[in-house]
Amino acid sequence: MSYLARYARFNQNIRFALILITMFVFAACASGGDGGQSTSLTGAGATFPYPLYTKWIAEYAKLSPGIAINYQSIGSGGGIRQLTERTVDFGASDAPMSDEQIEKAQGVIHIPTCIGAVVLAYNVEGVSTGLNLSADAIAGIYLGEIKQWDDPKIKTLNPDLALPAKPISSVHRSDGSGTTKIFLDYLSAVSPAWAKGPGSGTSVSWPGGLGAKGNEGVAAQVKSQPNTIGYIELAYAVQNRMSVAKLQNKAGKMVEPTLQSTTDSARAFAGKIPDDLRVSIVNADGETAYPIAGFTYILLRTRQDNEAKGKALVAFLRYALTQGQSHAGELHYASLPAEVIEKAQKRLDLVTGPSGVKLQ
Amino acid sequence: MTTEAITLDSHSQSTKPPSDAASHLLHADFGERRRKWFSHFVVALCGVSAVVVLVPLASIFLYIINKGAPGLSLDFFTKLPTPVGVAGGGLSNAVLGTLTLIGIASAIGLPIGILAGVYVAEVGKGRVADLIRFFAEVLSGVPSITIGVFVYAVLVVPMKTFSAFAGGVSLAIIMIPTVARTTEELLRMVPSQLREASLALGVPQWKTSIFIVLRTAAPGILTGVMLGIARIAGETAPLLFTAFNNRFLSTRLDQPIASLPVQILTYATSPYAEWQQKAWTGAFVLVFVILILNLIARLGTRRQVGGAS
Amino acid sequence: MKTAANAPSTVDPPAPASFAEKGRDKWGALQGVHWGDKIFHYTTGTFAILVLALPLLMMVMLIAASRLSITNFGPAFLVDTQWDPVREEFGALPFIFGTVVSSLLALLLAVPVSLGLAIFLSELCPKKLRKPLGFFSELLAAIPSVVYGFWGIFVMLPWLRDSVQPALARWFGFLPIFQGQALGFGMLAAAMILAIMIVPTIASISRDVLRAVPDTEREAAIALGATPWETIRHAVLPMAKSGILGAVILGLNRALGETMAVTMVIGNRPKISASLFDPSHSMASVIANELIEAEKDIHVSSLSQIALLLFGVALVMNLGARWLVSGVKRRAAKITASVKLETSK
Repeated sequence: MSYLARYARFNQNIRFALILITMFVFAACASGGDGGQSTSLTGAGATFPYPLYTKWIAEYAKLSPGIAINYQSIGSGGGIRQLTERTVDFGASDAPMSDEQIEKAQGVIHIPTCIGAVVLAYNVEGVSTGLNLSADAIAGIYLGEIKQWDDPKIKTLNPDLALPAKPISSVHRSDGSGTTKIFLDYLSAVSPAWAKGPGSGTSVSWPGGLGAKGNEGVAAQVKSQPNTIGYIELAYAVQNRMSVAKLQNKAGKMVEPTLQSTTDSARAFAGKIPDDLRVSIVNADGETAYPIAGFTYILLRTRQDNEAKGKALVAFLRYALTQGQSHAGELHYASLPAEVIEKAQKRLDLVTGPSGVKLQ
Repeated sequence: MTTEAITLDSHSQSTKPPSDAASHLLHADFGERRRKWFSHFVVALCGVSAVVVLVPLASIFLYIINKGAPGLSLDFFTKLPTPVGVAGGGLSNAVLGTLTLIGIASAIGLPIGILAGVYVAEVGKGRVADLIRFFAEVLSGVPSITIGVFVYAVLVVPMKTFSAFAGGVSLAIIMIPTVARTTEELLRMVPSQLREASLALGVPQWKTSIFIVLRTAAPGILTGVMLGIARIAGETAPLLFTAFNNRFLSTRLDQPIASLPVQILTYATSPYAEWQQKAWTGAFVLVFVILILNLIARLGTRRQVGGAS
Repeated sequence: MKTAANAPSTVDPPAPASFAEKGRDKWGALQGVHWGDKIFHYTTGTFAILVLALPLLMMVMLIAASRLSITNFGPAFLVDTQWDPVREEFGALPFIFGTVVSSLLALLLAVPVSLGLAIFLSELCPKKLRKPLGFFSELLAAIPSVVYGFWGIFVMLPWLRDSVQPALARWFGFLPIFQGQALGFGMLAAAMILAIMIVPTIASISRDVLRAVPDTEREAAIALGATPWETIRHAVLPMAKSGILGAVILGLNRALGETMAVTMVIGNRPKISASLFDPSHSMASVIANELIEAEKDIHVSSLSQIALLLFGVALVMNLGARWLVSGVKRRAAKITASVKLETSK
């Protein structure tokens, strides 16, 4: 008998039913949702231009309120993969796609949005500024051959600095990254040992060091761990007030990564930019050019699956190529040369709707 | 001597007379000093390990409260995240997103879990039921990241979009075995007299199962459900590939959606101080909600007879 | 489904026997019963089949997704140490190594503490403290792993880097496992955070197992003059042994599949190194890092194969553990039953 008394708790059952019903209703509401009026675009990829893209998206939302652009910085490799899988409306990458990849994704247009510099940010005890590095030194550090901060190879470049006798820990990207690609394009170009060893790509087999996810992750690790060095986009270094190394360029000069020196390295390639805009601009000529710079791209399918989304995306990119460029400088990205903007606008004309008819 | 007394105390509930006798024997002090000291030593060691376990727990809570609580404000729940370097903003997208994901996961996982549990306990007998129990066990042991890979392959890639739905499904899969097992265990605990009484009155089996047995066990099942929800609320790994993330409020099933755990991950590993601050506050909110769910579930269990397994 | 066809209804004592005795058709459905019952049977049955189908489907899908990698690398995948996306060479050994070593090390750290806690909770702790202590230790299990990782980065890593690792290097630096630079990030950090995360699992199951040992065993030992420790050592632990082993395996299972917290502190480097101070990688964390980012199909396929491996390992571990735990409870039940029989005579 006591069982009945204990178990038959009607009020509790009703509560139980109510909670269940609430959940179902909640889920139903979620599925019903608001659709219609607004166009939402999902993009994913490079972490390199992420601060700039969020700025553009916020500014663009003020100009045309109906469009919500959700950009997630997962890494350039992710941008290429997810564009190919068609899980996103646009991808972003600092590494141009290969012909094979473009074919697999059934036609992709590369729109450069800005120029960034990959800088070597460091956190070394007793050295707050003024570190000089050469290509050999960087390759040595990342190959694991230079193990200590007071290694002769670093010392000769920095006779005035009090380098500690502490082990170097190098930080690299653990995700598929275009920043890695730009950095390694440079290392492969200047260091035969690197080209023969790990080579270049969005993710490679690293001989040593720590892996961190995204430019954010590398910056966070260098910032928090003493005696580390890592390669990140200039904007991340400036925003986080991190020390960055001067690099020896092709002309043999030590150059600090700045907006100007980045622009200069792009200028060295003037007239050599192909029409499809896929180009690597590392190790540029010129005395003032910073050697590790690169375009970052937004990738979109030539044939858009959805006309409305395609139109919204092209409109956003045209904004980025024109008014958007003025925000680049304030966030420490170099704006595009006029030649590149012109070529990019022409590429945008090629985008078609699902039926193959041009959008404009 | 006190520890011996305690030992006996804690085990004397079921069979009183023999333990009383034993305690008399013990108090007569037969043992050598060395044995006693060694015993005390081990007992102390066990006590120390209890303290050792509490240290990281205390540290985690202190940090979450110290760093997270100051960031709590209405804005945190009502505003969207701001671009890097712009002050203010909140994580309303993540808070709402987590709630939506839990809603979807519950809508999918609860019916499957509960009805499967009912089947195993009330309907299926023999090998079928054993087989289902076996597979539920298997499912409960699968790492959540593997479930993420699975849902990515079967839902995200074919649907050509990351979506709240895919996120909800992966959380539901994590939830199903827990709910099914709790349901089964609790239904088995319902005394058979109750069933027999109902059946003897001519009530069909299905009505008995639903309106007598299931309803009787409902409070206990609710406990299980809440523990299940508490578990999925903090899941991160499978959401990376399924629900993805979204800077905006989204209530659509076919769009990516934000969630607190993923947002905490993004912000925690970022170099920006204000983002890390938001991550601490997010962690505070998440842990707080999960603890409340656990607490309610446990208090509920205590009130009930033999609710816990 | 086939097994359902001629399945004899096994006897399950505590369960209601109502449905089991009715006739069944070739699908195992009931015959000659109320229509509502049939609907009830089929609906619940469908959902139950879903539970059965999910893991199978998962396995099939994972095998399908890893086909490219399986045909390309064959069994060498398991022993190859190269993980080179540029040259499209993929071997899972660094990840298997990282997962296995970090998990075993976590066990080494967690098992003594968990057992101490379980024994304390079940045998020694004052009754009033038992519930709150048990509750607090289980709270550890409720904290999401991303929060563990977060705390790990900001609290545990600096502590490891500045205090633990230098001390270990000073006192045990002659051992290769404690050499190299103290980064905080690395195998040791992963093992520590895993240890903290699996303590509640091992402790709470061990406690249940210990409590399942009948008091008569303890009383017998005490009556013979055993000290509390001797009682535990000679009367309680032998009977709970395999159950505790089961709890340990369940803890190991949790450690093997743990993703976020490990990814955040392990350093993410796919290299095998003797030193625990060096960054490493794990099976779960490489999937989390690379699955949606891999450019090449063979890369994605290799990651899927790692997921398949995780699935297989989890399956074996889980079943083994459940079997061991239920063994103890069965044996204990038998003893309790026989004792009851004795006393009732």
